[in-house]
Amino acid sequence: MTDQITPDGLDERLSEILAAHQGLEGPLLPILHAVQAEWGHVPQASVPLIAKALNLSRAEVHGVVSFYHDFREAPVGTHVLRLCRAEACQAQGGAGIAELVKDRLGVDWHETTANGRVTLEPVYCLGLCACGPAAMIDETVCGGLTRERTLALLEELGA
Amino acid sequence: MKIWLSQDAAARALGADEVARALTAEAVQQGIELQLVRTGSRGMVWLEPMAEVEVDGVRHAFGPLAPGDAAALLAGTCDKGQGPTEEIPFFARQTRLTFARCGVIDPLSLDEYRAHGGFAALEKAREIGAEGVLSELTDSGLRGRGGAGFPAAIKWTTVAKAEADRKYIVCNADEGDSGTFADRMLMEGDPFTLIEGMAIAGLACGAAKGFIYIRSEYPDAIAILTEALRIARGGGLLDGFDLELRVGAGAYVCGEETSLLNSLEGKRGVVRAKPPLPALEGAFGKPTLVNNVLTLASVPAVITGGGKAYAGYGAGRSKGTMPIQIAGNVLRGGLFEAPFGMPLGQLVEEIGGGPRSGAPVKAVQVGGPLGAYFPPALFDTPFTYEDFDAAGGLIGHAGIVVFDDSADMVAQARFAMEFCAVESCGKCTPCRVGAVRGVETIDRIAAGDAAALPLLEDLCHTMKLGSLCALGGFTPYPVMSAVRHFPEEFQLAREAAE
Repeated sequence: MTDQITPDGLDERLSEILAAHQGLEGPLLPILHAVQAEWGHVPQASVPLIAKALNLSRAEVHGVVSFYHDFREAPVGTHVLRLCRAEACQAQGGAGIAELVKDRLGVDWHETTANGRVTLEPVYCLGLCACGPAAMIDETVCGGLTRERTLALLEELGA
Repeated sequence: MKIWLSQDAAARALGADEVARALTAEAVQQGIELQLVRTGSRGMVWLEPMAEVEVDGVRHAFGPLAPGDAAALLAGTCDKGQGPTEEIPFFARQTRLTFARCGVIDPLSLDEYRAHGGFAALEKAREIGAEGVLSELTDSGLRGRGGAGFPAAIKWTTVAKAEADRKYIVCNADEGDSGTFADRMLMEGDPFTLIEGMAIAGLACGAAKGFIYIRSEYPDAIAILTEALRIARGGGLLDGFDLELRVGAGAYVCGEETSLLNSLEGKRGVVRAKPPLPALEGAFGKPTLVNNVLTLASVPAVITGGGKAYAGYGAGRSKGTMPIQIAGNVLRGGLFEAPFGMPLGQLVEEIGGGPRSGAPVKAVQVGGPLGAYFPPALFDTPFTYEDFDAAGGLIGHAGIVVFDDSADMVAQARFAMEFCAVESCGKCTPCRVGAVRGVETIDRIAAGDAAALPLLEDLCHTMKLGSLCALGGFTPYPVMSAVRHFPEEFQLAREAAE
């Protein structure tokens, strides 16, 4: 099982989020994005409340949360480092950069460093295919990664 | 002094924001009054971060810039000059219809958009009406730019003729194919073109509501589109057409139109069986036009210049221009908009300059992760839908990924299956199970199991014919093209084990 902790003030803030999305057609994805923006993941305790508000079953909401790679069911590190694993970055040495990062951080894909600073996620294309290998740190894009630049970035992240 | 500096995500990934800060600080230092205009990209990614400075009324390009170049650029002594931007061979050889304004204007300035011909198409569409628009579109021969290449006019006409109380225009901005970034560049560099194209679609199809479904991996494009939509609404430009931005959640399969519709409705992004066609029963069960960003963004050029003029570009049944994306291990990577028909090898070697590593080209993958690998022996293939189909491939969203001779084709084939397994929506068995078995079978080949190769071919055959959508159905393209064009690598694995 994943996170069982209910964040403080969840009910109140969640009601606001649900109210803000009232009237949208097909509101579940926008709601889940807002929830994740608030707590960094989709807390388990929010699922029944979202389900009730949208007149869905809990299974339906859970099914949507678990379908999409973006939605997390547990908290992550302070920073999320997403490294592109797709073909255009492979052609530019992306696999070597990935090995370097995994080795330096001591984690595999989807894992968080022991100090909680960085979570490593694979991503399949950032649209930076002519300037790879590419990565995204939180919402900041980086291209043309060399070994030196990668190590410097990891240093900055405090990994 | 006026300087244009790209703020495209590729430019920012290469340090454009640091260059901007250095320019601003240096201007203060030198007491120069600097007008810094952040634009989209001109598409010459190898020159990013690229700035432009006007010399005798002509914009000259400087790049790739580092923050340390700021002082020299302001003083007029920068040694990274590339000459007049539009005379750089990579740019001069293009025909920019869809991307005419991208990189030229401030993407969020309505005045500049208008000054460069913006909204002329929407005004003309209002004059000629739905019938007129559909007739121009038919004349243009415009086909869906997302990959399938379906004639746009047929889709539009089907939606226009459908009777319903509500209809929708949905823009597929879930550009997930590796090697493609044209949608992103357009949305960041000229968002009003897409908005205008969608408003014209709404007018022609009788739809009052539109959605842009964009992937979450594009935060820069999301920010610019959000702002562009706010400006368009505020200016009353959409004339009753309501347009909403929706962000995906990291599922590649949602680029498939029926998965996208499920996702838009707030469901798991699983594929729907067709029929019913989305044109008749799409979003929320209503007639829906689903088109790619480039298709919709090409519409203003079609309407302004006329359908017949647009059809004058291209080759055979592949009409108009295609924004081709040259990527991967290549010297001059970027966006190259040209009429259909240029041979693949010319795009890779002459325009792109071959691998950046200096090694020879081994293969290029065209059309994203579901596209075939082409060896140099097939470089005379003209870039059209039909010729690529005949050569056992597809142009897809027109991304070309260049690999040099260090590429391991067995590993590339394995990756195609691995990717399909990660991204399969799980609805149909050939894709869901086949992709996992495909990885295992290629591992057996790599370990030297001679019996596994025919098994892989058989599996690919089943996936190709039995899958519900292009994910499972086209994954065999990269796999089988690698086997077909590089048989020795699959053979070597076997011999090495023996």
